[in-house]
Amino acid sequence: MASRHTHSKRIEGLDKNVWVAFTSVAADPTIVNLGQGFPDIPPPSYVKEALVKATSVDKLNQYTRGFGHPSLVKALSQVYGKVYGRTIDPFKEILVTVGGYGSLFSTMQGLVEVGDEVIIVEPFFDCYVPMVRMAGATPVLIPLRLKPGKKTGTSADWYLDPEELSSKFNSKTKAIIINTPNNPIGKIFTRDELQMIADLCIKHDTLCFSDEVYEWLIYRGHQHIKIATLPGMWDRTITIGSAGKTFSVTGWKLGWSIGPEHLVKHLQTVMQNTLYTCPTPLQEAVAQGLMRNYELMGQPECYFSSLAEELEVKRDRMASILQEAGMSPVIPEGGYFMLVDVTSLNQDLSHMGEDEAYDYKFVKWMIKEKKLAAIPVTAFVGDESKKEFEKYIRLCFIKQDSTLDAAEAILKNWRRV
Amino acid sequence: YLSNVHCGWFQMGRLTVQNMNVLSFTCVFTLSSSPYDLLIITFVLVDWLLCNNRVEFTQLAADYKAVNLGQGFPDFSPPKFVQDAFCEAVRGGPQMQQYTRAFGHPHLVKSLAKFFSRIVGHEIDPFEDILVSVGAYQALFCAFQALVDEGDEVIIVEPFFDCYQPMVKMAGGTPVYIPLRPVSRAEGNSVLSSGDWVLCAEELASKFTPRTKAIVINTPNNPLGKVYKTEELQMIADLCIKHDVLCISDEVYEWLTYDGAKHVKIASLPGMWERTITISSAGKSFSATGWKVGWAISSGHIIKHLKTIHQNSVYHCATAAQEAVAHGFDREYEVFGSPQSYFQQLPAMLQHKRKKLAMCLDSVGLKPIMPEGGYFMVADISSLKVDLKDESSKDESYDFRFVKWLTKEKGLATIPVSAFYSPEHSKDFDKFIRFCFVKEDATLDAAADILRKWSSTK
Repeated sequence: MASRHTHSKRIEGLDKNVWVAFTSVAADPTIVNLGQGFPDIPPPSYVKEALVKATSVDKLNQYTRGFGHPSLVKALSQVYGKVYGRTIDPFKEILVTVGGYGSLFSTMQGLVEVGDEVIIVEPFFDCYVPMVRMAGATPVLIPLRLKPGKKTGTSADWYLDPEELSSKFNSKTKAIIINTPNNPIGKIFTRDELQMIADLCIKHDTLCFSDEVYEWLIYRGHQHIKIATLPGMWDRTITIGSAGKTFSVTGWKLGWSIGPEHLVKHLQTVMQNTLYTCPTPLQEAVAQGLMRNYELMGQPECYFSSLAEELEVKRDRMASILQEAGMSPVIPEGGYFMLVDVTSLNQDLSHMGEDEAYDYKFVKWMIKEKKLAAIPVTAFVGDESKKEFEKYIRLCFIKQDSTLDAAEAILKNWRRV
Repeated sequence: YLSNVHCGWFQMGRLTVQNMNVLSFTCVFTLSSSPYDLLIITFVLVDWLLCNNRVEFTQLAADYKAVNLGQGFPDFSPPKFVQDAFCEAVRGGPQMQQYTRAFGHPHLVKSLAKFFSRIVGHEIDPFEDILVSVGAYQALFCAFQALVDEGDEVIIVEPFFDCYQPMVKMAGGTPVYIPLRPVSRAEGNSVLSSGDWVLCAEELASKFTPRTKAIVINTPNNPLGKVYKTEELQMIADLCIKHDVLCISDEVYEWLTYDGAKHVKIASLPGMWERTITISSAGKSFSATGWKVGWAISSGHIIKHLKTIHQNSVYHCATAAQEAVAHGFDREYEVFGSPQSYFQQLPAMLQHKRKKLAMCLDSVGLKPIMPEGGYFMVADISSLKVDLKDESSKDESYDFRFVKWLTKEKGLATIPVSAFYSPEHSKDFDKFIRFCFVKEDATLDAAADILRKWSSTK
């Protein structure tokens, strides 16, 4: 019966990932899940109601424009036109995709060739590497490094070494992928850092794929800067955003790519040959959410800023709970994750075998013994950087108070056996 | 493919020309190439792309405010029970707004497994044998990307839903075409049927080579409406088994069969479960094309590869829509085969619309080919004598010119059928146009008016 046929070469080695390993484990309701990155707080009610309303309109249950529902791309063009300070053509400079994930995929498939190199900053959202490989290109990794003399206190302590970065660029480099605010560290790249990257992109005529799905989750004292707004960068940058992260509706799976027509058109080609169009009623609802908040931009009721305020409280609470338990959190400047250094716990995991990084073992042990789920950070780095990151685990804090209460209870009792 | 194409020879590299699809009529390839071979890639240029007045057929319909029987989706709403299910899902608990299981929302895959196990006659494992996708379109993409490699051949039966060809090419495969051909009919029997279009057994057998990876079939077929009979599927199955080839079976219109025609799943034939990927659509099943929920069902050892593509491309599908579709299938499971079933009511409603359209087309000399299934009706335009007037389009294929003329002069939008053929064969099939009849009566009445007026002027 067995067929002589096997799978295509392009998926060789791409079948495993950290989510496949951990999400089913955390589905157990007795486990306090601070692992996978999604809110358990509700989205704004007007967004849900907009979706309910949309499904009652006949036309909105049928196919819409492939590259993005007209009212959505127009809303995106308004919101981002204001943010970028430039006119953005809704039909030529925007593509709506299945989540930020779908934008990343369309970007890689549309712009990266077999034999190209793509620079990826570690730690990275884990899909970047398999997507680059599936496009037939080679990932070139560069780690964020801890500033000398710094204990890990904040995500701002991590930086890119300019010489090291420069050495990664060569004639085969097609693009560099940056993620700001960064998942998992929460670092927000400063203007100077972005300028350094921009200078290299311009010098080497490289593209920049900027994953900015957490763009609104910026904590006090920090500013999110779009690399596409730096001189010379609009024409070579694809910027990725997410309705799921913007409106706390990760299960809606809508995202977008914004960039110059000569790049976006290739992403549109990929879209046309992969899934053709995104769901209509969801796009209509997101459009309405965006327009409502567009009117409120700069005001306290605007969800783009009110969510960040709400999360900052949770961030600070999470950090102090962890510190009390004897762990060392890395306070993020943005995003909804926090890295925690577990070295000082001196947890002996030698009984768990030698073949996995410490953080994988730690997380598995913690899920089993403490009923608390996190994500191991070495899932977000290449082999060579594993030693630098294997004492860190990632916690997600976009959770309701009862979840954080439950986590606090576990962490308070940590030292008791 | 448009029939008047030029072939050019270009050196390797990733060339991107705009994609061909029947809704927008822009033509695209994405061709991948081996870094180690200097490949000369056939590059098909569509000459109207170079013209100043490249026309999108949908745009043309809008410009001329035409009655649109071109686009393949309903202009009526989904049944209330699924719309209600969607609203309930959205208003449901917080987890309805967040990520669900990547390979398919548990409620949905369980409902699908239960529903289809009964039909396929095989116990389907909800977590191993099913992948939920963003529409059947993405399931097709996952299938080609997961299973087709550089140099593989994929047999495509013509006329084909236009995405198969670019998807095969994007996976580095080579499409090998075989057309359905009309058999000559007995004297005196003037009603044409999609059942008269068949695959020639020898011709089909000749298309299988040692490089053949898969064959793609679509039943009921878009655009023709053919519903493959068990014997025809058996012939294909025999070849698949003999040559150890996979079968990708696009069955999105599976509930839409007319005049008692039976939809048969090739996966249910002996020896086929383990080599068939069956693709279906909630959009077509529940008249909710804008929800974009589809799935692939196959043996776990094949689905696992589609999962790898899925987890590296979109990863998750929208939760609430999947929950709503699950409810839809739960309900349909309970009322299956009874008059309350939407899967009975929809084809019954469409049977009447199909008859209405056929009569109108007949009255103006447009010879309809009665579809045994699906959303579409193809009409033979060869016996119509019309002065197409438009000088600028005289190098285009006849059906393209006719469709443009029909849109501009009569205000009726359709789709030219040679678009669903390969370059090799499109010239042989340029006297057909496609109508979608899954439209409200008001739309069909408007079309009938146009056709009546036209016939009265002849």
